[in-house]
Amino acid sequence: MEFLEIFLSANFWAAAIRIATPLIFGTLGALICERAGVLNLGIEGIFTAGAMAGWMAVWLGAGLFGGILVAALVGAMIGLIHAILTVPLGLSQHVSGIGVTMLATSAAYFTYRTALPDVTSPPRIEPFQPLNMPLLSDLPFLGPALFQHTVMTYIAIALVFLVAWVMARTPLGLAIRAVGDNPSSVDSQGLSVYGLRIGAVMAGSALMAIGGAFLTMAAFDAFFFGMVNGRGWICIALTVFASWRPKKALLGALLFGAFEAYQVRLQTEVGAVVPGEIFLMAPYVLSIIALVIAARGADYPRALLTPWFKGQR
Amino acid sequence: MIRLEPRTTPSRTLALLAPFAAVACALALAAIPLLAAGQNLFEAYGLMVKGAFGSAFAFSETLTRATPLILTGLAAAVAFRAKLWNIGGEGQFYLGALAAVIVGTGAVPGPAWVLVPLVLLAGASAGAIGLIGPAYLKTRFKTDEVVTTLLLNFIILLIVQMALQGWLKDPMSLGWPQSEPIVDEATLPALFEKYRVHAGLLVSLAAAAVITIVMRHTVLGFELRAVGENPDAARHAGISVNGTMLKAAAISGALAGLAGTSEVIGLKGYLTSDISPGFGYAGIVVAMLARLSPVGVVVSSIFIAGVFVGADSMSRAIGVSSYLADLVVALALLSVLVAGFSIRYRVRWLGLRGGEA
Repeated sequence: MEFLEIFLSANFWAAAIRIATPLIFGTLGALICERAGVLNLGIEGIFTAGAMAGWMAVWLGAGLFGGILVAALVGAMIGLIHAILTVPLGLSQHVSGIGVTMLATSAAYFTYRTALPDVTSPPRIEPFQPLNMPLLSDLPFLGPALFQHTVMTYIAIALVFLVAWVMARTPLGLAIRAVGDNPSSVDSQGLSVYGLRIGAVMAGSALMAIGGAFLTMAAFDAFFFGMVNGRGWICIALTVFASWRPKKALLGALLFGAFEAYQVRLQTEVGAVVPGEIFLMAPYVLSIIALVIAARGADYPRALLTPWFKGQR
Repeated sequence: MIRLEPRTTPSRTLALLAPFAAVACALALAAIPLLAAGQNLFEAYGLMVKGAFGSAFAFSETLTRATPLILTGLAAAVAFRAKLWNIGGEGQFYLGALAAVIVGTGAVPGPAWVLVPLVLLAGASAGAIGLIGPAYLKTRFKTDEVVTTLLLNFIILLIVQMALQGWLKDPMSLGWPQSEPIVDEATLPALFEKYRVHAGLLVSLAAAAVITIVMRHTVLGFELRAVGENPDAARHAGISVNGTMLKAAAISGALAGLAGTSEVIGLKGYLTSDISPGFGYAGIVVAMLARLSPVGVVVSSIFIAGVFVGADSMSRAIGVSSYLADLVVALALLSVLVAGFSIRYRVRWLGLRGGEA
């Protein structure tokens, strides 16, 4: 019975949405990059750099929204490195992405250690507080479940619909999708393939970095080593699972958040007999399963991973 | 305007020079954060070189560090040749280490000449299985192996932690999550008295030699390269692309597994869940710096090991964060990637108004 009662607690639903929030940012970011034809495996490092940069900016007095802006700029700059290597130079998106993850992670760690050489526990910031909406937040059950999140969660959800609209309904979205499917057709219309791809990778990377910043500025109040812990890779799996559609990405992230919130609560029920590591493993196992289910019929952007050079064909 | 033209034949001179140029570039770029941190550049790099190669002890430490890197580097090189993007070297390393303590802590009795090869075989098999899984998913379901191998790294590390908290935990370890010690008969000996460099280095070098021969002189090596360069052409030539992919996975996984085994039975003598400071990931850089050549892997491993050992030593001396090493390694990877570009393309200056035609 306890197994079902978990679903009846508002606390569970609130946790599911909270866990989903960074994944929504990250998956949207990955989706924008991949729609334009560029796999961005720099995501794990960009999350780390965004988490560090946003938090440090706030700690240095930038204010919370200033912190988000700094994280987004750092993300876009790291995205630019990946974009230059993979778009005009056409180098391996796999290797460049792994390299960018290594670079961004070590740069974040190096900066942290250089700024705070001797601290054992990082200084804490005043993070985003849950919003208190008139009437809505006070609703029984629905209030604590849906209407007491930080502003970042609502921004994430609004972005889903914004990105969905831009992708489906605007010339910009059409051009981004076209550049990921058939870059030569975009070129023949006189649009810049390089410009679109580089722009998409930078914008996507900025979103990834904001996802990282959520960790240090809303979910927690400080930066820790290893705190991203594979969330970036999970977003890459979720992107395939969502077949590159923003609303499905939201659904995937929420399902994922619900699953994880559920297993944490289940752990307190059966923790005595099942080792905790089994529960910690679950998100990664779930991602692999989601990937296997989705990958076979996946409708990959047709020019994903394929470099395009001006004047060739 | 400039235009990029593919070279008709890749430049051999540049191919040899590229890794060195990349390393120089990485060290130059890493100078920026060093200077930003307010350090004296020459002092910092000088201390790194001294810490890595400045004495017999330093060089022994570097070779000790290079031992697993040669194996994880070979693992990445073999897989990447077949365009199998194995980013799971870290996980396969831990599988090899896990197998080493399962077999080598007294469960199987025997003399050293039986036990050492047996443990190495167990470690290699465990690593191979760890990559055959994702490679099978790739061939059967088109599941991107980059993401599955990356996610498996986390899963395998948790399995190791679980084992070390439970059934593999040494009851004598006073609560520390570590395995029982490897029995003497399963231990790879140190090569020189008072130095840590151990016989695992010989295993690594032998592996590099075997892989060189396999890649250059066997049908399998030919098939691996053919599948990597052009899978469609390989298929038309009657090569089983999926079969070759799985064979590449077995070899690559086995090499990474051996790295973990050698680290346990040669250096540490027991297993902890922090035995690898990222050997699997660094192996990717080693392989790319070596331009996937097995002989090159040996050279680039010693360089990368030197960066880590040197940075540790420098960090102790003047307090620069040893994450500088990770920074140099990441920059080296990106630099060599760009350098690879210059081998295949030439940049042609077309004048200010050229390039329109």
